[in-house]
Amino acid sequence: MAIPVTTGAGAGIPETGGELTAAGPRRRTALRRFTQAIRTNRKATIGVALMAIFIFVSLFPGLLAHQSPTAFSSKITAAPSAAHWLGTDNIGADIYAQVIDGTRNVMILAITVGGLTTAFAMVIGVAAAYLGGVWDGVLNFVTDVLLVIPIFPLLVIVASLFPSAGNDELILVLSFTGWSYTARQLRSQAQSMRSRDFLLAARVRGERSIYVIIVEIIPTMTSLLLASFLNNALYAVLAGSGLQFIGLGKSNNVSWGTTLYWANQNAAWTTGRYLWFIVPGLCIALLGVAFAFINYAFDEIGNPALRPLSAAKARKAAEASTRRRLASHGARAS
Amino acid sequence: MRLILRRAGFFLLTLWACLSLNFFLPRLMPGSPADRIISHLHGAVDQSTVRAIELSLGINNSQGIWSQYFTYLGHTATGNLGLSYSQGEPVSKVIAGALPWTLGLVGITTILAFILGTTIGAVAAWRRGSRFDSVMPPLFVFTTAIPFFWVGMVLILIFSVELGWLPGSGNVGQLTIPSFSASYIGDVLDHAILPSLTLLVTGIGGWVLTMRNNMVTTLTEDYVRMARAKGLSSVRVMTDYGARNAILPNLTGFAMSLGFVVSGAILVEYVFNYQGVGYYLLNAVGYDDYPLMQGLFLIITMAVLIAILLSDVATAILDPRTRTAG
Amino acid sequence: MAHALADDQHGVTSPREQGPILQIRDLSVEYVLESGIVGAVDKVSFDLNPGEFLAIVGESGCGKSTLLFGIAQLLNPPAEISGGSVTFRGRNLVRLSDKDLAAVRWKNMSVVMQSAMNALNPVKSVGAQFKDAMRAHGVTSSDEIDQRSATVLRMVGIDPVHLKSYPHQLSGGMRQRSMIAMAMLFTPELIIMDEPTSALDVVAQRSLMAQIKDLQREFGFAVIFVTHDMSLVSHYSNRLMVMYAGQISEVGPTRDLFDSPRHPYTVGLTEAFPSIRGPKVPLTGIPGSPPDLAKPPEGCRFAPRCPQVMLRCETDPPPQYEVDGILVRCFLYDNAGGAR
Repeated sequence: MAIPVTTGAGAGIPETGGELTAAGPRRRTALRRFTQAIRTNRKATIGVALMAIFIFVSLFPGLLAHQSPTAFSSKITAAPSAAHWLGTDNIGADIYAQVIDGTRNVMILAITVGGLTTAFAMVIGVAAAYLGGVWDGVLNFVTDVLLVIPIFPLLVIVASLFPSAGNDELILVLSFTGWSYTARQLRSQAQSMRSRDFLLAARVRGERSIYVIIVEIIPTMTSLLLASFLNNALYAVLAGSGLQFIGLGKSNNVSWGTTLYWANQNAAWTTGRYLWFIVPGLCIALLGVAFAFINYAFDEIGNPALRPLSAAKARKAAEASTRRRLASHGARAS
Repeated sequence: MRLILRRAGFFLLTLWACLSLNFFLPRLMPGSPADRIISHLHGAVDQSTVRAIELSLGINNSQGIWSQYFTYLGHTATGNLGLSYSQGEPVSKVIAGALPWTLGLVGITTILAFILGTTIGAVAAWRRGSRFDSVMPPLFVFTTAIPFFWVGMVLILIFSVELGWLPGSGNVGQLTIPSFSASYIGDVLDHAILPSLTLLVTGIGGWVLTMRNNMVTTLTEDYVRMARAKGLSSVRVMTDYGARNAILPNLTGFAMSLGFVVSGAILVEYVFNYQGVGYYLLNAVGYDDYPLMQGLFLIITMAVLIAILLSDVATAILDPRTRTAG
Repeated sequence: MAHALADDQHGVTSPREQGPILQIRDLSVEYVLESGIVGAVDKVSFDLNPGEFLAIVGESGCGKSTLLFGIAQLLNPPAEISGGSVTFRGRNLVRLSDKDLAAVRWKNMSVVMQSAMNALNPVKSVGAQFKDAMRAHGVTSSDEIDQRSATVLRMVGIDPVHLKSYPHQLSGGMRQRSMIAMAMLFTPELIIMDEPTSALDVVAQRSLMAQIKDLQREFGFAVIFVTHDMSLVSHYSNRLMVMYAGQISEVGPTRDLFDSPRHPYTVGLTEAFPSIRGPKVPLTGIPGSPPDLAKPPEGCRFAPRCPQVMLRCETDPPPQYEVDGILVRCFLYDNAGGAR
């Protein structure tokens, strides 16, 4: 599973900063820089492309699959055929339809949990940093406890208490356990901001704490928030599928993890129904890769030192320099 | 030193938090947890059985909830973790049987992943701009995003079903009798190869990436330039000046990542029917065997906390700045 | 090794007939970036004589530190030497392999960097860092290592008990001085210093400078000292080199340069540091900012800011002219035939 790879606070896309000078044109050029960065960075391109595909499939499943993913039929665990591209499962439902339809639930899970977790972490992290004192200590303790407790066993126990859990319960359970790492990161970022001049200026102006937090601090943390969102979405995809795989959270929940559950229950790999588990698993992997690549690419965009030094580019640059030197020599000689 | 003691104190508090979670969570749900267990036992059970089950869960309706709580805490402290009805044995016995298998598999694989991963990451950073460095990071970003259990299934498919080289299930053959003989050990290793390969493939990526990123930053530091200026060999610069500093954030990251390692291990054991702690945990879910689930949760948490404590000690040893800060 | 140490105890006496120990010819350093090439150092040439103290001054970004690291072969990518030679003890360092360089490093040429907090390995004790330098050059006897380490520390006024200390346990001034001690381990012929006093307060700065000068007088090594603070080196250096936008704009004996600067840039610099004893003069800065070295100007690089700019300055790059023992890169001093 993913270990958060960002190298610390501040990684990510370059900020437009907290300054309010000519916000209009500045934001537009930032957007252009952003899209250009995505186009040139190969990881970002792949990640965004994959993500676009998945978003498309989740929005318009009807375009791609026409059979019901849950209907009983007499053709049980059939091999792939023209009618059923990936075969059928143990109740005769079309697996291909499950994969296509399941995309939506997985995306909903990923985005909702990503957003909720990040939002929750933001509230806790910034509040802890800003309020300080006893509040800081208490919030810190809770955060740290959740950090060290192994999340997956906790998830298993909590999820097992809801025997008829579906996607919504999964979302809740994942959100309430996954925020601690992000909260830690945001808190340290917010803390380093506390003494910055523009914040002191706001306080001197007499602005209330809430105002300072929302209007001044949070916009400067956009890159970290974005990276956290992506990381948490990735966590949701992997942890959510994991839970579904062991049979939790599968009520009325057509999803890749659930499909894998049934594949496992019916020992798909021993009965030759390889595609039953290869395809959904591959989808999980690809979606995870999309999130991870985008996140890693933002890391590189924000921190040029990490960018891959392409040998070809270096050679081109060196050739350009020799050409220039020869040209200037020629000019001076004449 | 003081730092370590503080951490240990924090961990005891965490354990207490776990225990409290264990105690209160099932009670927050509608219906008594005992009901759920009873439903597995198909059919009418008499009052004394019900009471026995409730007692094993720490439910004693003749006491108030707080005295139940303290009795529960007391029992745990003395090692009485209740009865696992799905295994028919005391929970502590189940744990004692499963723990060595998990420690062996997960412990060794994690250490291996850490060593291999940080080495690859360090070399990749040292050889920036080479083919090695442009291939490795994307490759490992890819592997960190793949679900553990799927990799396990794929490996079973390839090596067990198709090629028949390695067993795809169990931690030891069905009919093998435990002994210290070579054949037994060979059998154990045979069964451990695929699970550990799974854990290794998915776990190594994180180490590679964080180490590489740290090294790249470290290598731009002045003290690395100084080391070159002194005429030290490249190997020495890379290890003594580069890696030794770059690895420090990794050690703290190790603590964070243990949560992921644990979840991966649990799923891998499940996929491979490898009878360690994770396998029993997931099995217990199917039976609503709360005592076993809670006991395993506790053990897993304790193991993680000990590992974190060890990595803190390692950091204190390797980084003299933390010692004086204590 | 013992032999070399014995020499040092009596003070190195290198006969003047040896000639310059360092000869830089047309050295150029470029930064190869994705957005283009930036020429940080442009065809710099000069000689350094044994025991000489050469100060290199200039504003931020003029290329002085890059030049220094270029000389010491310590550039980090994307910086690279794009031309020229660095002849030290008869060999061109630019062409040498890492192995051959390693033999020269530290033994004959050592480096002192700006911030000791960054230049010393935070996880190794000071003594350990001395030790690995010595072991890299074949000193294996731990007695010798201990003795030499203690000796160099005492040279800079630090109690040898601090060999066991870690960098973060020492004060800023002590750290800086231990770096100088480390540079003295083999009493090299040349010590290169990159703004070693910038991280210190004014009092510590002067005391460190005095210490360096004392050591230099005692052991006779040459020093190249880079700084942005001209007044700091005015008393201690033999020669002063002013750099601007990657080129040497003026170089010559320190006192002469200070008393009567020729190049308009140097004039501007000296006027920015009024003397505490001289007459009151209004402070004048130099308006404008240095050129973008990705696209350097056609003619003189200082032309856009020069108060005495002429027409030809904007189209022709001026060569260096010799005036009373000083080299000036300025057309003001072009008396036909005086060009170098």
